[in-house]
Amino acid sequence: MSTLEPPAADKHPHLQRLTPVLGPGHTYVSITDKISSIVLTRPVSLGWLLGFGICFAIMMLLMVAITYLIGKGVGIWGINIPIGWGFAIVNFVWWIGIGHAGTLISAILFLLNQKWRTSINRFAEAMTLFAVMCAGLFPLLHTGRPWYAFWMFPYPSAMGVWPQFRSPLIWDVFAVSTYFTVSLLFWFVGLIPDLATLRDRATAKWKGVVYGMLAMGWRGSARHWQRYQSAYLLLAGLATPLVLSVHTVVSFDFAIAIVPGWHTTIFPPYFVAGAIYSGFAMVLTIAIPLRKAYGLEDYITMRHLENMAKVMLATGLIVAYGYFFEFFMSEYSGNKWDVFLVAQRLHGPYAYFYYMLILCNILLPQLLWIHKIRTSVFMLFLMSLIVNTGMWLERFVIVVISLTRDFVPSAWGRYSATFWDYAVLLGTLGLFTGLLFLFVRVLPAISIAEMRELVAHSSEEHE
Amino acid sequence: MEQQRSHIYGILGEFATPQSLIQAAKQARQAGYTSIDAYTPFPVEGLNEALGLKRTFVPLVTLIGGLLGGLGGFGFEYWVSVISYPENIGGRSLNSWPAFIPVTFELTVLGASLAAVFGMLAMNKLPQPHHPLFNVDRFQKHASTDRFYLCIQADDPKFGLADAARFLQGLKAEHVSEVHDD
Repeated sequence: MSTLEPPAADKHPHLQRLTPVLGPGHTYVSITDKISSIVLTRPVSLGWLLGFGICFAIMMLLMVAITYLIGKGVGIWGINIPIGWGFAIVNFVWWIGIGHAGTLISAILFLLNQKWRTSINRFAEAMTLFAVMCAGLFPLLHTGRPWYAFWMFPYPSAMGVWPQFRSPLIWDVFAVSTYFTVSLLFWFVGLIPDLATLRDRATAKWKGVVYGMLAMGWRGSARHWQRYQSAYLLLAGLATPLVLSVHTVVSFDFAIAIVPGWHTTIFPPYFVAGAIYSGFAMVLTIAIPLRKAYGLEDYITMRHLENMAKVMLATGLIVAYGYFFEFFMSEYSGNKWDVFLVAQRLHGPYAYFYYMLILCNILLPQLLWIHKIRTSVFMLFLMSLIVNTGMWLERFVIVVISLTRDFVPSAWGRYSATFWDYAVLLGTLGLFTGLLFLFVRVLPAISIAEMRELVAHSSEEHE
Repeated sequence: MEQQRSHIYGILGEFATPQSLIQAAKQARQAGYTSIDAYTPFPVEGLNEALGLKRTFVPLVTLIGGLLGGLGGFGFEYWVSVISYPENIGGRSLNSWPAFIPVTFELTVLGASLAAVFGMLAMNKLPQPHHPLFNVDRFQKHASTDRFYLCIQADDPKFGLADAARFLQGLKAEHVSEVHDD
């Protein structure tokens, strides 16, 4: 009835090289069965248990690290004066950037009517949520007294004081919490029809009850769909400027300060591009094992992977442009602090971080120009890990190199991370991956309703 | 009139493709039925027009939410910085509005998004855990997977149980079932 025929190559010669966004031969039922079976009927595999077990152990490390931190204070980290930010802020900026690709895929590609987004948007949005959760931990812990974190929110306190709304750090609080809330809403709205599907297909009564409550009685009425689509489109339109604003505000944390290397107007666009760059790398890091483990190669095709590689290549070039102009403007301005900063990056004590950053973020990703590499799953996976590392190094270079040697040599310092810094970073990786493991088991990792739409459209096109 | 028919919610016809559902919806309207609704596993293009649905109020509600968020956000920042806790820092202006824009923007987006989602749910009268349609076995099995349904509701002035059933059968519905209230 709605079988998808492969496009006839002689009629559409330009389609010959493009892998379709959906494998051939799928119907509404086959898609629903396949995606919902991962959640409903597939038994828990040994691989899943092992993977989740490892992540859970790492999460416990995070818990130990946080407990010790709360007991002893932030002194257990490598931070000092003048390097007050250290790993906490490096990790915060890195994680929040990773989240950006999820919103880009779900909102911006939706507005641009890119059909290939359909099978990757759900888990990319989940990735956004989990990444923002990890990101949020860092400023919270970095305050030193996380139990007073509510002071950052405006509430009528007995002290009669309010947050300082002229400070970028308060803008950050609003940007990140709004971003998390809107991402959660967007994700949940997208899930409602699929939750109804799971409710109707539940294999056990309790599953039906749980999914039923979450689906809120969705029954697919045309009137409901009309409002639903309107709300979804509006959310996409709202999330688009929001996602751009979030990393802009994060970059203001730096750009509004006068520290050399931070005080520059190129920061907002270059942070946003970097965020999307690392985010797409993370989507690839997740998508490649996911499609392999659950046999989703028909839904997350080579076309998706190749497109993501192209986005990575493009945003990587924007980032390279940012690096170049940072460098150029420092020299061109003749400002002695800025000139000195460039020298520090190239020859200072942390120069090897800078060279690694250039290697990971600019030089190696140029391999993506080669079609063979863009279509090799293994190379893409490797590349995604390289870019993630590179983006982390970028944040390190920005935070640490600028702070170690600013204006007066008597105020210079050195920074090195301690075991507990690494424990928290590794711990959030465990938390992030562990949440993803749970997510693929309890919620459909691919939007079933949108995939059905894709089947309907494809069958109409080929009739 | 409501009282008499309370045990019947309507008559439900099942269709195999979105195209046949759209066709059926058009014909049902031509036949003079006004209280009809369609149920599909994904949004079907052209169905809204076939059912003659009016524009939704979701965009308006979203706009109002966004305006409230933005004005509220800016107003609050102004009140805090100028009225409630003015701080004279070297004679700089208290109403330093450019610095208030980021938070104003974020709260605009937040207000609009909350209004869009909760407005949509409220207008859809969700959450609604139970609905008469869930009493129909085939609806439970197929409505969220692969079948397309048209329901002629009992509150339609033209509604007659046998007439409506015959009408749906005439539209080549694959299954026609009565929908009971309980």
